[in-house]
Amino acid sequence: MRNKTRPKHLDLTKIRLPLPGFVSILHRVSGFGMFLMIGMLLGVLALSLESPDGYERAVGYLTGWFGKLVVLGLIWAFAHHFIAGIRFLLLDLHVGTELSAARKSSALVLILSISVTVILGVTIW
Amino acid sequence: MVNRHITGAHYGLKDWLIQRVTATIMALYTVLFAVIYFVSCPTDYFTWSYIFQSQWMRIITLLFFFSLFWHAWVGVRDIYMDYIQSTALRLGFQVVTVVVLLAYALWVVQILWSV
Repeated sequence: MRNKTRPKHLDLTKIRLPLPGFVSILHRVSGFGMFLMIGMLLGVLALSLESPDGYERAVGYLTGWFGKLVVLGLIWAFAHHFIAGIRFLLLDLHVGTELSAARKSSALVLILSISVTVILGVTIW
Repeated sequence: MVNRHITGAHYGLKDWLIQRVTATIMALYTVLFAVIYFVSCPTDYFTWSYIFQSQWMRIITLLFFFSLFWHAWVGVRDIYMDYIQSTALRLGFQVVTVVVLLAYALWVVQILWSV
């Protein structure tokens, strides 16, 4: 008695991810985003450690409005990846694998990562 | 039977484990670096570069970066495997990623040991 026309929502605008799935895809997005920024960050690190003049220029890049926007994005990506990563490590250890616990912990990850981003964002701005 | 691809994941626990070991190393370094940063509170070139002048700090920072590059490799390769279906294109992306990450590794050594 299978319903042969059950819907397959591969349309991204129709997929409704559960909260743990949302945390998971953001883990991937934040990780890939940070991967793309590694080169630029190494450039800033090299500049800041090169000379007193280089240090001032590096600080200048990071404190301009565009630099601050990039740093804010990186803070969110790092905070989310870090906190969601700890959740995944706990799941590996079979901590919180029940559905209700997994939903609560994924909500906690989102709340914590956004809080860290807002607090650090206010601090740098 | 597993359909093996040249650009696959070598079908073992190794990468899964490496991802967790490198993540733990980076998490510990992050906490340590945050403490060092807030204790020394660098405000200029001299106080900032002083942090990286001890040999042990250079070594654990290098350990952090090597963990980062290896972790990024495993993670990014997983993404390529999921979204890039053409073997040739996927291999191309993987080769470029490996070369870039190896170059970063050499660059980090140069940055840290020229402070």
